[in-house]
Amino acid sequence: MDILKFLTAGSVDDGKSTLIGRLLYDTDSVLADQLEAIQKSNRKNDDGTVDLAILTDGLKAEREQGITIDVAYKYFQTEKRKFIIADTPGHIQYTRNMVTGASNADLAIILIDARKGVIEQTIRHSYLVSLLALEHVVVCVNKMDMVDYSEEVFEKIHADYHELATKLGIHEVTFIPVSALRGDNIVNDSAQMPWYKGKSLLAHLETVPVHEVDNLLPARMAVQWVVRPQTDDLHDYRGYAGRVLSGAFRIGEEVKIFPSGNKSKIERLETFDGDLQIAEEGKSITLHLEDEIDISRGDIIGEIERSPLVSNQIEADICWMDTRELDTSATYLIQHQSKVTRCKIKEVLYKVNINTLEKINADTFGLNDIGRVEIKTADELAFDPYETNKRNGGAIIIDSRTNVTVGALMLRAAL
Amino acid sequence: MDYLDQLEAEAIAILREVAGQFEKPALLFSGGKDSITLVRLAEKAFRPGKFPFPLVHVDTGHNFPEVIEFRDRMVKRIGEKLIVGHVQDAIDSGRAIEQKGKNASRNALQTVTLLETIEKNQFDACIGGARRDEEKARAKERIFSVRDEFGQWDPKRQRPELWNTFNGKIHKGENVRVFPISNWTELDVWNYIKRENIEIPSIYYSHKRDVIERNGVWMAAHEFLNMDADDKIYNKSVRFRTVGDMTCTAAVESEKTEIDDIILEISQSKISERGARMDDKVSEAAMEDRKKGGYF
Repeated sequence: MDILKFLTAGSVDDGKSTLIGRLLYDTDSVLADQLEAIQKSNRKNDDGTVDLAILTDGLKAEREQGITIDVAYKYFQTEKRKFIIADTPGHIQYTRNMVTGASNADLAIILIDARKGVIEQTIRHSYLVSLLALEHVVVCVNKMDMVDYSEEVFEKIHADYHELATKLGIHEVTFIPVSALRGDNIVNDSAQMPWYKGKSLLAHLETVPVHEVDNLLPARMAVQWVVRPQTDDLHDYRGYAGRVLSGAFRIGEEVKIFPSGNKSKIERLETFDGDLQIAEEGKSITLHLEDEIDISRGDIIGEIERSPLVSNQIEADICWMDTRELDTSATYLIQHQSKVTRCKIKEVLYKVNINTLEKINADTFGLNDIGRVEIKTADELAFDPYETNKRNGGAIIIDSRTNVTVGALMLRAAL
Repeated sequence: MDYLDQLEAEAIAILREVAGQFEKPALLFSGGKDSITLVRLAEKAFRPGKFPFPLVHVDTGHNFPEVIEFRDRMVKRIGEKLIVGHVQDAIDSGRAIEQKGKNASRNALQTVTLLETIEKNQFDACIGGARRDEEKARAKERIFSVRDEFGQWDPKRQRPELWNTFNGKIHKGENVRVFPISNWTELDVWNYIKRENIEIPSIYYSHKRDVIERNGVWMAAHEFLNMDADDKIYNKSVRFRTVGDMTCTAAVESEKTEIDDIILEISQSKISERGARMDDKVSEAAMEDRKKGGYF
């Protein structure tokens, strides 16, 4: 059994909370004490049934202010798979939260109100999904009960969205007509739409293939910690602890250290449970090299053949996440994997109007703005272009005055 | 990758980030199954080296004796340092005031001792075993959660947390609470304990015990609970699903003495884990309020 991480994109009016509530409720994931709490609540649907949206209700601090603060994670499982939902709120800070939620998701569910079709908000959500390079998109055309379960309405939205997805370079899209309120095609197949031959949402989520180890990607590991016990019996022990970001490492294979460019051979791939012959993507290991070379935390170990880009001048897409505007004269910190160095965001190339996808001129970025920038870093970074290997292509910007994470970067090219 | 391997690899990577980013981290050890799981994960992250942090236990003085015995034995086995902060010390010196009445518990007082222990040892990161599936305030918690010098959690000031890139930068006096098993569920922890054959305190398994009924749940009969003549004592076969101190941890009736049976019982259970915690029953936002006050 594996884990699927997904995010739901849509505003309150699209029935996002009801959809999540329905998934939890119909998979029996709501426990008695939680159910008791919602049954006691005064919030009911028009027909007197419990309002499943309550299951995603947030904190007292949020209710007092009538807003959702940020991403909430929900967990459920079926016999086939475990699921982690990143439930991101729908208000003004949505972009920041959706980017955060999407950075760790395998799949995005985009909700479209059947009565409204593809609207500005759909474009915005889909743009973010393509920016963060999510592999899978499911478009749930919701509120089908409000349009008499019409195949024609569904097909029109299907065609409109297909056009948008092509424009954005989103390749894998699955369309499902649903009613979260009535439970049609969420967990149970709908009797109301015999014209729909596909799977219910849950059946799709249970079977869509994700994170099968992609051995086509180049081998990368970021060194997080150098293990040097320096005890009598482990006097010469030196291991590089980290997680395989992408690809696979094999014993005896030659590797290169970045940014230094030094080479060595893999001697051991150690884990607490015994040595490995091959360490694949996702594994946390301790790697040993044949030669004693200078390696420290933050360095990238990679294969010889396909090197990462190594540069201190980088072009990147940025999502600004702070209420304080970007200051192009200030020095920030940039964190890529386990490496932190100083940087300046030297130039704003353009900003994207994420509702129309237009590129516009800009000098700076405010909260939730997205666009392209040129960055100069104090030390060189060893990265892969985000679109080819996102496991080694993302970085964050930290304001050194406040220590807050103020920007997300999708690294694109070395200049 | 199997889900337990995936969760394990993520937790190991988080622990190694703590080692790399902080000067004086600590692992908060309660003696419960979640923190015992953290110890196993730390072994996986740092062996054959030593842990780059001590274990810290906040002892309310009302712990189950089985848990304290287990703690000392485990610490000896792994050969790591243990620091114990005593709530009793805070009470004796007047920095904490004991609650009165039947529902009195030292649970809330733990925060005083925790914050004092953090300050005294100048810990800049505290690793804890909290999980997001436990409670809705925890569902919004970061893996690296920054606290101010009063230990306060401010949900509005949380940093966005992207990819597996953790920002642990803090100002002097602040500290970070780190939750490596954020993405695990209760069942995941149990399945991992089974897979790894990890020893846990005996009170997690069914045993005969004198219990009394308090607010609709069974509590261990003990002088710590301020019992009086109205409390009727029953002898029942019970086990504990979480391990806090005796005054706030309710028992569930159970005949299960094998881990497989316990896993089955939990997967079929209709009550959430924290439903057995008196500390969350106080009000709907009990956890949220305690976290803002420095609870972990």
